Amino acid sequence: MKVTFPHMGNLSLTAETLLRGIGLEVVVPPPCTKKTLSLGVQHSPEFACLPLKINLGNYLEAYEQGADTALMVGGIGPCRIGYYGAIQQEILRDLGIKMNLIVLEPPDAHPRELWDKIKHLKQVSWRQVVAAIKLTWHKTRSMDLLEEKALILRAKEAKKGSIDSLLSQARTRLQSTDSIPRIKEITRDYLALMDDVALSEEFRPVKIVLVGEIYTVLEPFVNLNLEKHLNSLGVEVLRPLFLSSWINEHLLGGLLNIEGTKRAPGLAKPYLNSFVGGHGRETIGSAVQYAQKGVDGVIQIAPLTCMPEIVAHSVLPSVTEEYGIPALTLYVDEQTGEAGLLTRLEAFVDMIRYRQRRSS
Amino acid sequence: METKTIGIPRALFYYYLFPLWDVFFRELGYQVILAPTTDKRMVDLGIQKAVDEVCYPVKIYYGHVASLLDKVDYLFLPRLISIQRKSYICPKFMGLPDMIRANFSRLPAVIEHTFDGSRRKQGIKYDLEQLGLKLGHEPGAVKRACVKGLIALEEYQKALKQGQNPMTVLDSVKLVCREKRFKVGLLGHGYNIYDPYASMNIIEKLGKLGVETVTAENIDEKAVDQAAKVLPKRLFWTLGHRIVGSAFHLEQSEDIAGIIHVASFGCGPDSMVAELLERFLRRNGQKPFLSLTIDEHTGEAGLDTRLEAFVDMIARRKIS
Repeated sequence: MKVTFPHMGNLSLTAETLLRGIGLEVVVPPPCTKKTLSLGVQHSPEFACLPLKINLGNYLEAYEQGADTALMVGGIGPCRIGYYGAIQQEILRDLGIKMNLIVLEPPDAHPRELWDKIKHLKQVSWRQVVAAIKLTWHKTRSMDLLEEKALILRAKEAKKGSIDSLLSQARTRLQSTDSIPRIKEITRDYLALMDDVALSEEFRPVKIVLVGEIYTVLEPFVNLNLEKHLNSLGVEVLRPLFLSSWINEHLLGGLLNIEGTKRAPGLAKPYLNSFVGGHGRETIGSAVQYAQKGVDGVIQIAPLTCMPEIVAHSVLPSVTEEYGIPALTLYVDEQTGEAGLLTRLEAFVDMIRYRQRRSS
Repeated sequence: METKTIGIPRALFYYYLFPLWDVFFRELGYQVILAPTTDKRMVDLGIQKAVDEVCYPVKIYYGHVASLLDKVDYLFLPRLISIQRKSYICPKFMGLPDMIRANFSRLPAVIEHTFDGSRRKQGIKYDLEQLGLKLGHEPGAVKRACVKGLIALEEYQKALKQGQNPMTVLDSVKLVCREKRFKVGLLGHGYNIYDPYASMNIIEKLGKLGVETVTAENIDEKAVDQAAKVLPKRLFWTLGHRIVGSAFHLEQSEDIAGIIHVASFGCGPDSMVAELLERFLRRNGQKPFLSLTIDEHTGEAGLDTRLEAFVDMIARRKIS
């Protein structure tokens, strides 16, 4: 069994560590490119949301490199991701590709369903599984801590690219280590190195919170390097959603002391009073949370036709009006162009700077 | 005491649950005011109020809300999370009251209530009772209104299972089919196929072409569940499940000549349902299949052409 998984930001670091740790042979799909996109788009339903298409592209590219099994997360509604696996499996079948999709999701009929899948995947002793999970967690968390810092500092760096090069060095080091103390050391070192990066002097930062659907928030290929563009416009990007915060909230029951979107469902009231699937409620709650912290604007991003985010988009004006900050909603699909996106970001940031000048 | 009026939009779940709301509220002493049938002015109002990305049926719902604004004491905005165990309708139904509130600056008093039948055996009955109590009616009256409402709903559903069309039962629309040539399955969310404006009278158009229509609401639920078992995974959208199950059931019916699926542009469940139908029906290759996507930009002439072509194709197959 050669296992692959879809890309989503730094997920490959996490997934590779975990799957190798439980004794599986792993094929990391090639990074998302135009080819991935066009392969996915070619075989996917036209009106499906973008993640389904790119995930499928990842599987097809990994298949070419020998993968015969793909792992993914699913769900039990109402968001479409709960049915991705079933549709993708049918598409692969019609293409004559023998690839098995294993979907990790809450059981529908019998509690054993998920358990059986995990037992089927596990090739090593339980002790080794626990060790693998711990190692994976630490890598994921440090990568997120580094990235969180980069999202702020990159806006102010004097020499462009200094933060990025530190970030990619750290990632390579994290990837190749198997020791938790070493991971902690790398994290400490690189956080310090980032602090030492020279910052430009005459700087007045704009603070923007980035909310929305998790896949489009985390994957730079689909959000067309949104965060880097914002940083280069001198915007400090605050982001409540990280892979580690998602894991903490959804798999660990919010046990760890990570802010993430823990308080979002409560804060979403009275604007959005119900769970709406996906991250819709988190989008609203996080907008409220960061508006209270005094950000200058909100950017929401989602795949075109994303149902939960459309609900959030409809409700968002009532939040931003109350706090007196502007919001920009971006939908991405296979047609979205980077230049068009950049123009909209520039206009949005200009508008915020104008507001700042006027009020000071 | 003066009778209070309650406004109900003639959109979205109107075609599924109206008899229940109608009887329930009337039993409790309210006067039910139904929004008029969808027309262009209402749709335009809805489009103005809603964000672009919202689907057409929800925009129409906004239009209905707009048309009721000054005419009623209360506006009834149910939050339909689920009407069936372990199934949802769609995220937009779950956030609908919040969406309406965020997009309308002045609304009449809103009666908002959450209906979540996903975890209760008796479905939405519990929530209905809670609604009655919340409105300050005494428990006995609420129980009676509930029971009567649910009976009305059951009778309505029975009429549909016997082959009636919701448009005929609810709105007394006369549907005529001249020279019956054959029958097709017309599948889609009720608010897309029964709303004469949204669907551009698709049922009447087919009737004029000599085609009778069977819809998902006409098919017995057990048959639907049975047929849907072919799916690799149970669909967790109530209507999506009903559409897919009906399509697979009709595929096996001798007297059905073809299947038409009507989807809303940008509808999440429809995007997946349409794909499943296309793949499964094509693999079996037994019945012709037409997939239509509609929204506020759909041209009527384009729809006509596609329906005519589909009907002609079936007619040719019948001859050869």
